[in-house]
Amino acid sequence: MHPEGNHSCETSPKARNIPKDHELRIVLPAKMAAVRRGLQTIKRSERLSGLPFDTLSNLEIILAEALNNVVKHAYSGHPEGIIELHLSRSEHELHCVICDTGQQMPNGALPSDQQADLRCTIADLPEGGFGWGLIRKLAHEVGYIRENGQNRLSFSMEVRTNSPPEA
Amino acid sequence: MQLTHQDFDGLRVVRVDETRIDAACAIQFKDTMRALSDSGPARIILDMGRVEFLDSSGLGAVVAALKAIRHGQSLDLAALHPTVMRVFHLTRMDTVFTIHPDVTTAIEGIANAS
Repeated sequence: MHPEGNHSCETSPKARNIPKDHELRIVLPAKMAAVRRGLQTIKRSERLSGLPFDTLSNLEIILAEALNNVVKHAYSGHPEGIIELHLSRSEHELHCVICDTGQQMPNGALPSDQQADLRCTIADLPEGGFGWGLIRKLAHEVGYIRENGQNRLSFSMEVRTNSPPEA
Repeated sequence: MQLTHQDFDGLRVVRVDETRIDAACAIQFKDTMRALSDSGPARIILDMGRVEFLDSSGLGAVVAALKAIRHGQSLDLAALHPTVMRVFHLTRMDTVFTIHPDVTTAIEGIANAS
């Protein structure tokens, strides 16, 4: 899976003290249908129980965009590719790392943030290019590195809990 | 991707019978919607009441459906779930589409406008 090294999809050092029951690790084949099933698995995971609807909803939007980007771009033409996702949860934050061994991002960096101008005729409306805008609006600390043949996308999300997580 | 439709006088309500419009079904949605608008009357309402999730590919497909309507035809949206509404809002597509809270309001609004 990692031909140029044995680097696993590790989360950030600050998240390593998190109890195991607050971590979620999922491995997906690089296919749209697998991404859909993976998102549903994550949303229903007991590890995320007690999170407010808005947080889960934003998480699903970010993950859908990030994972579909890996399928469509990094692993374009390579449905045998593997995506590894690691999610950890602390009291006020969710931290996520998504790894793949597909093509690196163009120029080795995150795409620039460009919101399309919608003051145009209907015929000229964009039908794509919304994904990164959504990720940037909903996630914090979005980071990307290419290392040892692996893409690592990471982000955090604030968790506003109105009530303590269910026991 | 299952879409069902019901025709009234000068109006077609298309209901999305799926819980998701995402990258896995966006192309199919776009093609089916185009066929339904091509054969449809002047007013089309897309009932999204069953759709709990829409990603950017799904959004692109809804925009494509709007771009595919004929001159003089309209496509309004109705009954958007909060997560779906959030995607429209964050991409500012809520400023492009006419969005009704539910299908009944959409039908009444269109009846009063014509």
